Amino acid sequence: MGYSGFKVIKEGLFGQKGWRPVWRNPEPKSEYDAIIIGGGGHGLSTAYYLAKNHGMTNIAVLEKGDLGSGNIGRNTTIVRANYFLPGNSEFYSHSLKLWEGMEQDLNYNTMMSQRGIINLFHSDGQRDAFVRRGNAMVNQGDDAILLDREGVRNLVPYLDFENTRFPIYGGLYHPRGGSARHDAVAWGYARGADQRGVDLIQQCEVTGIDITAGKVTGVQTTRGVIKTKKVAIVTAGRSGQVAAMAGMRLPIESHVLQAFVTEGLKPVIDHVISFGMGHFYISQSDKGGLVFGGDLDFYASYAQRGNLPMKEHVMEAGMTLMPMIGKAKVLRSWGGIMDMTPDGSPIIDKTPTDGLFLDCGWCYGGFKAVPASGWALAHLMATGESHETAAGFRLDRFRDGVGLMDEEGTGAQHNLH
Amino acid sequence: MRITCPLCGERDRREFYYVGDAVALRRPSPDAGEAAWDDYIHNRDNPAGDTQDLWQHEAGCGAWVVVDRNTVTHAVNNVTLAAKVTR
Repeated sequence: MGYSGFKVIKEGLFGQKGWRPVWRNPEPKSEYDAIIIGGGGHGLSTAYYLAKNHGMTNIAVLEKGDLGSGNIGRNTTIVRANYFLPGNSEFYSHSLKLWEGMEQDLNYNTMMSQRGIINLFHSDGQRDAFVRRGNAMVNQGDDAILLDREGVRNLVPYLDFENTRFPIYGGLYHPRGGSARHDAVAWGYARGADQRGVDLIQQCEVTGIDITAGKVTGVQTTRGVIKTKKVAIVTAGRSGQVAAMAGMRLPIESHVLQAFVTEGLKPVIDHVISFGMGHFYISQSDKGGLVFGGDLDFYASYAQRGNLPMKEHVMEAGMTLMPMIGKAKVLRSWGGIMDMTPDGSPIIDKTPTDGLFLDCGWCYGGFKAVPASGWALAHLMATGESHETAAGFRLDRFRDGVGLMDEEGTGAQHNLH
Repeated sequence: MRITCPLCGERDRREFYYVGDAVALRRPSPDAGEAAWDDYIHNRDNPAGDTQDLWQHEAGCGAWVVVDRNTVTHAVNNVTLAAKVTR
């Protein structure tokens, strides 16, 4: 079933009775060519690109809950390609291009909105760093515009430009960045994969990974044994537990990252604004809520809820940056579990077990990576070779120190990202 | 979250700096080899449940403490001075 404006009008005239379920709900088969553990954004996009780019349609996505019920359903939906280091830069550049063509490709409205991102800076030194980052973005073929103070004021006049501690010197403007509707991304990829014959199996928890003589032979699930020669672990937030089934310990520590949304307001914030010195960023959803967040709570956690000190810190930072939001009422807050790697960059790689693949370690940046992560993991699973945009996301880079991608420049240690 | 410092008593979590998994108390010998050091520095059990991590009472007495804690409930079950933990 294709979607179109005509279809929407027709269904509106005839009582909305023509809509059908968007994907099947199949029983698991006894064997597949490949299995993806995890029906979130990355797992579903991997399935979609395995089917679309590589013709692998006898595959299944196993999800222990409902499709898209993990971090793809609880993030702050920012899409951007403003990374600095080789390895990250080309990957996120590719991802943004896929975002730009996603709605046409999937025939699904993911509400992709390239409203532009402004990263503020507050000192000469920070300006220099942002000039350098902007040049790296331009060299990668993406867009970056350096705004001075008046340039920022023209776009977002409501910020507090007189702040004594963090006076606004300017901003790095990334016009192609923006936000998208997070659930729709998962649903769009799920629909696209299902239409190509992929089995999306919900309420099916993987309880074991069968390995014989160093090769994957199948998975144990709550709905029986399924044979396969290729398994991808795409379970960010729970990567360690699933990898342990294959006898692996990962360079990952799980942390909680909080986010907040206010009651719906009239349109007021047209961009995504980040205030790095306050660890604060904000945008406004299409529904009107101000969506904002801060930094990690900074201790290992799986609680999906944070502690009060970080809430207080985020609110203070928001009030520092834009006092006008002070009367907005916070509707709810929540926490997501982040796979934090030592250098703050992800992992898409083979493992020592033949046929077992890893896609994890997305830290707090997994949403924008959804299309390119699926693209690269599908390429790796189908061809056995890393995709050129994700060749740097090696599992063993920590061990030898070669190709570490430490965007923050703080060092590749767990408590520094 | 509140942590009971063995020297100062129960304090707000904000007084403490989180260092990470208490694996730091089990540092390999200098000649243990690359694999042991890689494992020590980078790899983690990362349990969803009971864990043991190392904090410093930075805004208090400065003591290093080992905290037995649950990563799912945020319950703090036991706090010991790192100096008194048997290695």
